[in-house]
Amino acid sequence: MKIDRERLEMLKEIMAVDFSSIELNLYLDTHPMDQKALAIHNDYAIKLMKLKEEYQKKYAPLTHEIISKCPWEWIEEPWPWEIDYEMGGR
Amino acid sequence: MWIYEKKLQYPAWVEGCDLRIAKGLFAQYGGPDSELSAGIRYLSQRYTMPVKEVKAVLTDIGTEEMAHWEIIATLIYKIIDRADPEEMKKAGLDAQYIQHGHDVYPHDAAGVPWTAAYIQAIEDPVTNLTEDMAAEQKARTTYEHLINLTDDRGVIETLSFLREREVVHFQRFGESLRMVQEYMDKKKY
Repeated sequence: MKIDRERLEMLKEIMAVDFSSIELNLYLDTHPMDQKALAIHNDYAIKLMKLKEEYQKKYAPLTHEIISKCPWEWIEEPWPWEIDYEMGGR
Repeated sequence: MWIYEKKLQYPAWVEGCDLRIAKGLFAQYGGPDSELSAGIRYLSQRYTMPVKEVKAVLTDIGTEEMAHWEIIATLIYKIIDRADPEEMKKAGLDAQYIQHGHDVYPHDAAGVPWTAAYIQAIEDPVTNLTEDMAAEQKARTTYEHLINLTDDRGVIETLSFLREREVVHFQRFGESLRMVQEYMDKKKY
Protein backbone atom coordinates (compact mmCIF):
# COMPACT_ATOMS: atom_id res chain seq x y z
CA MET A 1 0.00 0.00 0.00
CA LYS A 2 1.33 3.41 -1.04
CA ILE A 3 1.36 6.12 1.57
CA ASP A 4 1.87 9.84 1.23
CA ARG A 5 5.49 10.65 0.28
CA GLU A 6 6.14 12.99 3.20
CA ARG A 7 4.61 10.54 5.65
CA LEU A 8 6.76 7.71 4.26
CA GLU A 9 9.93 9.79 4.56
CA MET A 10 9.09 10.68 8.15
CA LEU A 11 8.23 7.10 9.04
CA LYS A 12 11.55 5.92 7.57
CA GLU A 13 13.38 8.56 9.58
CA ILE A 14 11.70 7.34 12.76
CA MET A 15 12.66 3.77 11.85
CA ALA A 16 16.28 4.83 11.27
CA VAL A 17 16.57 6.84 14.49
CA ASP A 18 14.84 4.09 16.46
CA PHE A 19 17.29 1.57 15.03
CA SER A 20 20.23 3.72 16.11
CA SER A 21 18.72 3.83 19.57
CA ILE A 22 18.34 0.02 19.66
CA GLU A 23 21.94 -0.46 18.52
CA LEU A 24 23.23 1.88 21.24
CA ASN A 25 20.95 0.16 23.75
CA LEU A 26 22.60 -3.21 23.04
CA TYR A 27 26.10 -1.72 23.13
CA LEU A 28 25.41 0.04 26.44
CA ASP A 29 24.12 -3.20 28.00
CA THR A 30 27.69 -4.52 27.91
CA HIS A 31 29.45 -1.11 28.11
CA PRO A 32 27.38 0.74 30.73
CA MET A 33 30.25 3.10 31.64
CA ASP A 34 30.90 4.36 28.11
CA GLN A 35 30.05 8.04 28.48
CA LYS A 36 30.45 8.89 24.80
CA ALA A 37 28.02 6.16 23.73
CA LEU A 38 25.64 7.21 26.48
CA ALA A 39 25.66 10.81 25.25
CA ILE A 40 24.92 9.68 21.68
CA HIS A 41 22.13 7.44 22.99
CA ASN A 42 20.57 10.31 24.91
CA ASP A 43 20.71 12.59 21.86
CA TYR A 44 18.88 9.95 19.82
CA ALA A 45 16.34 9.47 22.61
CA ILE A 46 15.40 13.15 22.48
CA LYS A 47 15.30 13.17 18.68
CA LEU A 48 13.14 10.02 18.62
CA MET A 49 10.68 11.37 21.17
CA LYS A 50 10.18 14.56 19.16
CA LEU A 51 9.83 12.73 15.83
CA LYS A 52 7.29 10.26 17.20
CA GLU A 53 5.24 13.03 18.76
CA GLU A 54 5.20 14.97 15.50
CA TYR A 55 4.36 11.90 13.37
CA GLN A 56 1.51 10.84 15.63
CA LYS A 57 0.09 14.34 15.72
CA LYS A 58 0.29 14.67 11.94
CA TYR A 59 -0.48 11.16 10.66
CA ALA A 60 -1.34 8.13 12.75
CA PRO A 61 -0.71 6.41 16.09
CA LEU A 62 2.43 4.31 16.50
CA THR A 63 1.17 2.72 19.74
CA HIS A 64 -2.14 2.46 21.58
CA GLU A 65 -0.84 5.03 24.05
CA ILE A 66 -2.41 7.95 22.24
CA ILE A 67 -5.32 10.26 22.76
CA SER A 68 -7.62 9.30 19.90
CA LYS A 69 -10.44 10.98 18.11
CA CYS A 70 -13.60 8.97 17.38
CA PRO A 71 -13.57 6.43 15.78
CA TRP A 72 -10.59 4.72 17.52
CA GLU A 73 -7.62 5.66 15.33
CA TRP A 74 -5.46 2.62 16.14
CA ILE A 75 -7.40 0.39 13.73
CA GLU A 76 -6.57 2.54 10.70
CA GLU A 77 -4.60 0.92 7.89
CA PRO A 78 -1.93 0.46 6.70
CA TRP A 79 -0.25 -1.91 9.13
CA PRO A 80 3.57 -2.09 8.91
CA TRP A 81 3.67 -5.18 6.68
CA GLU A 82 1.30 -3.57 4.17
CA ILE A 83 3.28 -0.41 3.50
CA ASP A 84 5.17 -0.02 0.22
CA TYR A 85 8.54 1.23 1.51
CA GLU A 86 9.73 2.11 -2.02
CA MET A 87 13.35 0.94 -2.28
CA GLY A 88 13.59 0.41 1.46
CA GLY A 89 16.37 2.22 3.26
CA ARG A 90 17.21 4.59 0.39
CA MET B 1 5.60 -6.76 29.03
CA TRP B 2 5.71 -5.76 25.40
CA ILE B 3 4.05 -3.00 23.46
CA TYR B 4 3.39 -3.09 19.73
CA GLU B 5 4.70 -0.24 17.64
CA LYS B 6 3.10 0.22 14.24
CA LYS B 7 6.38 0.15 12.33
CA LEU B 8 9.03 -2.32 11.17
CA GLN B 9 12.64 -2.19 12.33
CA TYR B 10 13.76 -2.03 8.68
CA PRO B 11 11.80 -0.92 5.59
CA ALA B 12 11.50 -4.40 4.09
CA TRP B 13 10.93 -4.25 0.36
CA VAL B 14 10.78 -6.61 -2.59
CA GLU B 15 11.49 -5.76 -6.20
CA GLY B 16 9.66 -8.54 -7.99
CA CYS B 17 7.93 -11.81 -7.35
CA ASP B 18 10.66 -14.36 -6.55
CA LEU B 19 8.41 -17.09 -5.18
CA ARG B 20 11.30 -19.55 -4.91
CA ILE B 21 13.05 -17.29 -2.43
CA ALA B 22 9.77 -16.85 -0.51
CA LYS B 23 9.83 -20.62 0.03
CA GLY B 24 13.43 -20.35 1.21
CA LEU B 25 12.67 -17.45 3.54
CA PHE B 26 10.57 -19.78 5.66
CA ALA B 27 13.91 -21.13 6.94
CA GLN B 28 14.29 -17.88 8.89
CA TYR B 29 10.62 -17.76 9.87
CA GLY B 30 10.05 -21.24 11.31
CA GLY B 31 13.26 -23.21 10.84
CA PRO B 32 15.75 -24.44 13.48
CA ASP B 33 17.95 -21.32 13.15
CA SER B 34 15.04 -18.94 12.55
CA GLU B 35 14.36 -15.57 14.12
CA LEU B 36 11.53 -17.29 16.02
CA SER B 37 13.93 -19.83 17.58
CA ALA B 38 16.32 -17.03 18.49
CA GLY B 39 13.68 -14.88 20.18
CA ILE B 40 12.07 -17.69 22.17
CA ARG B 41 15.49 -19.04 23.17
CA TYR B 42 16.87 -15.77 24.58
CA LEU B 43 13.64 -14.76 26.26
CA SER B 44 13.44 -18.21 27.92
CA GLN B 45 17.03 -18.05 29.16
CA ARG B 46 16.91 -14.66 30.91
CA TYR B 47 15.13 -15.65 34.14
CA THR B 48 18.06 -17.50 35.73
CA MET B 49 20.82 -15.29 34.30
CA PRO B 50 22.93 -14.14 37.27
CA VAL B 51 24.55 -11.05 35.69
CA LYS B 52 22.44 -7.89 35.31
CA GLU B 53 24.09 -6.71 32.10
CA VAL B 54 23.34 -10.06 30.47
CA LYS B 55 19.71 -10.08 31.69
CA ALA B 56 19.43 -6.87 29.67
CA VAL B 57 21.21 -8.38 26.63
CA LEU B 58 18.90 -11.44 26.58
CA THR B 59 15.80 -9.29 26.97
CA ASP B 60 16.83 -6.73 24.35
CA ILE B 61 18.16 -9.13 21.73
CA GLY B 62 15.17 -11.46 22.33
CA THR B 63 12.88 -8.51 21.66
CA GLU B 64 14.81 -7.49 18.54
CA GLU B 65 14.48 -11.04 17.18
CA MET B 66 10.70 -10.66 17.30
CA ALA B 67 11.06 -7.54 15.17
CA HIS B 68 13.21 -9.56 12.73
CA TRP B 69 10.60 -12.32 12.69
CA GLU B 70 8.11 -9.67 11.59
CA ILE B 71 10.47 -8.46 8.82
CA ILE B 72 10.83 -12.00 7.43
CA ALA B 73 7.04 -12.45 7.52
CA THR B 74 6.67 -9.12 5.71
CA LEU B 75 9.05 -10.21 2.92
CA ILE B 76 7.20 -13.53 2.48
CA TYR B 77 3.81 -11.81 2.61
CA LYS B 78 4.83 -9.18 0.05
CA ILE B 79 6.04 -11.89 -2.36
CA ILE B 80 3.25 -14.48 -2.03
CA ASP B 81 0.28 -12.18 -1.46
CA ARG B 82 -0.47 -11.68 -5.14
CA ALA B 83 0.57 -15.14 -6.35
CA ASP B 84 -2.22 -17.38 -7.62
CA PRO B 85 -2.38 -21.13 -6.83
CA GLU B 86 -0.81 -22.09 -10.17
CA GLU B 87 2.18 -19.75 -9.65
CA MET B 88 2.66 -21.07 -6.14
CA LYS B 89 2.60 -24.64 -7.44
CA LYS B 90 5.28 -23.85 -10.02
CA ALA B 91 7.51 -22.41 -7.28
CA GLY B 92 7.14 -25.51 -5.10
CA LEU B 93 4.71 -23.77 -2.78
CA ASP B 94 1.77 -26.09 -3.49
CA ALA B 95 1.96 -27.72 -0.04
CA GLN B 96 2.09 -24.22 1.50
CA TYR B 97 -1.00 -23.20 -0.47
CA ILE B 98 -2.93 -26.38 0.38
CA GLN B 99 -2.23 -26.22 4.11
CA HIS B 100 -1.89 -22.48 4.80
CA GLY B 101 -3.09 -20.56 1.75
CA HIS B 102 -1.31 -17.22 1.79
CA ASP B 103 -0.86 -17.22 5.57
CA VAL B 104 2.65 -17.05 7.01
CA TYR B 105 2.75 -20.15 9.22
CA PRO B 106 5.94 -20.95 11.19
CA HIS B 107 7.42 -23.85 9.27
CA ASP B 108 10.83 -24.18 7.67
CA ALA B 109 11.79 -24.06 3.98
CA ALA B 110 10.76 -27.71 3.59
CA GLY B 111 7.42 -27.27 5.41
CA VAL B 112 8.48 -28.79 8.75
CA PRO B 113 6.59 -26.97 11.55
CA TRP B 114 8.53 -25.04 14.19
CA THR B 115 9.19 -26.83 17.47
CA ALA B 116 10.68 -25.77 20.81
CA ALA B 117 12.93 -28.83 20.43
CA TYR B 118 15.11 -26.54 18.25
CA ILE B 119 16.19 -24.54 21.29
CA GLN B 120 17.64 -25.05 24.75
CA ALA B 121 17.54 -23.29 28.10
CA ILE B 122 19.58 -25.29 30.62
CA GLU B 123 20.28 -22.72 33.37
CA ASP B 124 24.09 -22.81 33.20
CA PRO B 125 24.84 -19.32 31.81
CA VAL B 126 28.05 -20.40 30.02
CA THR B 127 26.20 -23.23 28.30
CA ASN B 128 23.24 -21.03 27.37
CA LEU B 129 25.41 -18.21 26.00
CA THR B 130 27.58 -20.61 24.02
CA GLU B 131 24.41 -21.91 22.34
CA ASP B 132 23.34 -18.32 21.68
CA MET B 133 26.62 -17.47 19.97
CA ALA B 134 26.34 -20.58 17.79
CA ALA B 135 22.75 -19.65 16.96
CA GLU B 136 23.81 -16.22 15.69
CA GLN B 137 26.44 -17.78 13.42
CA LYS B 138 23.96 -20.37 12.09
CA ALA B 139 21.49 -17.60 11.29
CA ARG B 140 24.24 -15.56 9.58
CA THR B 141 25.14 -18.54 7.38
CA THR B 142 21.46 -19.12 6.53
CA TYR B 143 21.16 -15.48 5.43
CA GLU B 144 24.20 -15.87 3.20
CA HIS B 145 22.70 -18.98 1.60
CA LEU B 146 19.43 -17.13 0.99
CA ILE B 147 21.23 -14.10 -0.51
CA ASN B 148 23.13 -16.48 -2.84
CA LEU B 149 19.82 -17.78 -4.19
CA THR B 150 18.08 -14.56 -5.25
CA ASP B 151 18.59 -11.59 -7.59
CA ASP B 152 15.80 -9.52 -6.03
CA ARG B 153 17.48 -6.30 -4.84
CA GLY B 154 14.88 -5.65 -2.18
CA VAL B 155 15.21 -9.12 -0.68
CA ILE B 156 19.02 -8.90 -0.81
CA GLU B 157 19.10 -5.50 0.90
CA THR B 158 16.66 -6.52 3.61
CA LEU B 159 18.48 -9.81 4.27
CA SER B 160 21.84 -8.00 4.32
CA PHE B 161 20.53 -5.80 7.14
CA LEU B 162 19.38 -8.88 9.07
CA ARG B 163 22.69 -10.64 8.41
CA GLU B 164 24.57 -7.71 9.95
CA ARG B 165 22.40 -7.90 13.03
CA GLU B 166 23.51 -11.51 13.56
CA VAL B 167 27.12 -10.31 13.57
CA VAL B 168 26.37 -7.60 16.14
CA HIS B 169 24.40 -9.99 18.35
CA PHE B 170 27.27 -12.49 18.22
CA GLN B 171 29.58 -9.72 19.43
CA ARG B 172 27.25 -8.75 22.31
CA PHE B 173 26.85 -12.40 23.36
CA GLY B 174 30.64 -12.81 23.28
CA GLU B 175 30.98 -9.86 25.66
CA SER B 176 28.18 -11.34 27.77
CA LEU B 177 30.01 -14.66 28.00
CA ARG B 178 33.16 -12.89 29.19
CA MET B 179 31.16 -11.02 31.85
CA VAL B 180 29.57 -14.26 33.04
CA GLN B 181 32.98 -15.95 33.22
CA GLU B 182 34.37 -13.07 35.28
CA TYR B 183 31.36 -13.38 37.58
CA MET B 184 31.86 -17.15 37.92
CA ASP B 185 35.58 -16.69 38.67
CA LYS B 186 34.65 -14.57 41.68
CA LYS B 187 32.59 -17.41 43.09
CA LYS B 188 34.21 -20.38 44.87
CA TYR B 189 33.73 -23.74 43.23
